[in-house]
Amino acid sequence: MSVLLTLDGVSAGYGSFAALFDVSLNVEAGEAVGVVGPNGAGKTTLMRVISGLLRPSAGSFALEGRHLEQLPAYRIVEAGIAHVPENRRLFGRLTVEENLRMGAFLPAARRRFSQRIQWVYELFPRLKERRFQLAGTLSGGEQQMCAIGRALMSEPKILLMDEPSAGLAPLVVEQVFELVKRIRQEGFTVLIVEQNVGQVLEVVDRAYLLEAGRIKLAGPAAEFANNDFIRSSYLGL
Amino acid sequence: MDIYLLEAIINGLLLGGVLALLSLGLNLIFGVIDVVWIVYAEIVMSAMYAVYWLHNYYGWPLFLAFAAAIMIAALIGVLVHVLVIEPILGSAPINQLLATGGLLFFLQSLATLLFGTEFRNLGVRLPVLELAGMFISFSRLIAFVVALVGAVILYLFLARTYLGTAIRAISQDREIMGLMGVNERRVYVITSAIGGGLAGLAACLLVLQYDVHPFIGLTFGPITFMICVLGGLGNMIGGFIAAFIMSQIIAIGGFFFSAEIAEVLAFVFFIVMILIRPQGILGKK
Repeated sequence: MSVLLTLDGVSAGYGSFAALFDVSLNVEAGEAVGVVGPNGAGKTTLMRVISGLLRPSAGSFALEGRHLEQLPAYRIVEAGIAHVPENRRLFGRLTVEENLRMGAFLPAARRRFSQRIQWVYELFPRLKERRFQLAGTLSGGEQQMCAIGRALMSEPKILLMDEPSAGLAPLVVEQVFELVKRIRQEGFTVLIVEQNVGQVLEVVDRAYLLEAGRIKLAGPAAEFANNDFIRSSYLGL
Repeated sequence: MDIYLLEAIINGLLLGGVLALLSLGLNLIFGVIDVVWIVYAEIVMSAMYAVYWLHNYYGWPLFLAFAAAIMIAALIGVLVHVLVIEPILGSAPINQLLATGGLLFFLQSLATLLFGTEFRNLGVRLPVLELAGMFISFSRLIAFVVALVGAVILYLFLARTYLGTAIRAISQDREIMGLMGVNERRVYVITSAIGGGLAGLAACLLVLQYDVHPFIGLTFGPITFMICVLGGLGNMIGGFIAAFIMSQIIAIGGFFFSAEIAEVLAFVFFIVMILIRPQGILGKK
């Protein structure tokens, strides 16, 4: 497999507050990788750096060898990284279909809009039923579908997912991880950040542990699940 | 019904069209960029001067002068955004208000300096239509039709196009627009051009009915702001409805009392409504 996304010594923060220190990781094409860690470890900051919402203070990152750290967010989407933000962040006063249309804003995605939206509707039939409904009126699980669908509309090479289970009822969390599995079966490369360590380890191939802004541990998901430190600190076993 | 009252109501309806058009541009800018262009009516004034000079002085055909004035107003809109708004986009609303307010006085003074204070008339005489014994201003009728057509085109643009959808989305969540592949700055500049262009279009309609002078903005500015606030600032449909309510108060009040009393009534109505519904007719929260 070829390496798709690489991060090399990335540091970032907000003003004088540093949130990430020297983070390096890579994601291979077709792989699902999880970044787990407690609240405030810098997981969301990591996602924001990769999608261009936050400029790293040091280090670099590249998609298929092309450096992206100096590009604004709208150019990074163009390069092939789509970000499903924390708390979904749908446009609540636009319809489901309009939200999906926003995901296909880029000229290349626009040209293939009708095929693409049909594909998203096949993946999430519930969205098709609700396509003329305002996104703000969807249930939590449906909103997550819509947010994922919106990100997929840009035909990304890699999908970043920030806490897809946050703020959802346990039953819906199950459904969301089912969605992630379905995305994987479609052959998508996924980088997923989660506090919900147990469930995310079931859907990813490899994982990184992020604590206080630093990578503390890396390895295959199965090893993670059997690691004593992870078991005692994150899985409560 | 009294035919004169009907005539007043129809003329009020026609006046409402222009007011609605004026409110549309201001609401668009506020809804998208979250900035109030206090200088809006002075952009209208500038475009009225553009029509006047191009037509009367340089002898351009009227429609060419109109097209040029709309483009000039759109360009002014872009300049207002890039030079004045953009550097203070993140600062307190009062600073933005003061900056665009300062620009208002700048444009008024510049117009006085360049063109003097005399009232200038385009000299285009449009007929007054007589319909079943009622007299209806033809220039107002044109203004009404053009304003409605402009509103429909703007609606279709906002509802049907990618850029229009982005313009509606950006006011809901600015930060993640980049994740959609949208260049936020570009959307702001385009919105400013459209807002300015709408002011230019309104100017073309107004210059057929009113003389141009450096302080003409004071005639339309306050009522436009009142309409926008009454409809719910940033709410284009609310502004549209409010424009027709206000124009009817002015028209019917003018019929029963006098033009001056009618304006007083409009202001009183505005104050009462703001006390009852401070968020505006269709405003939220």
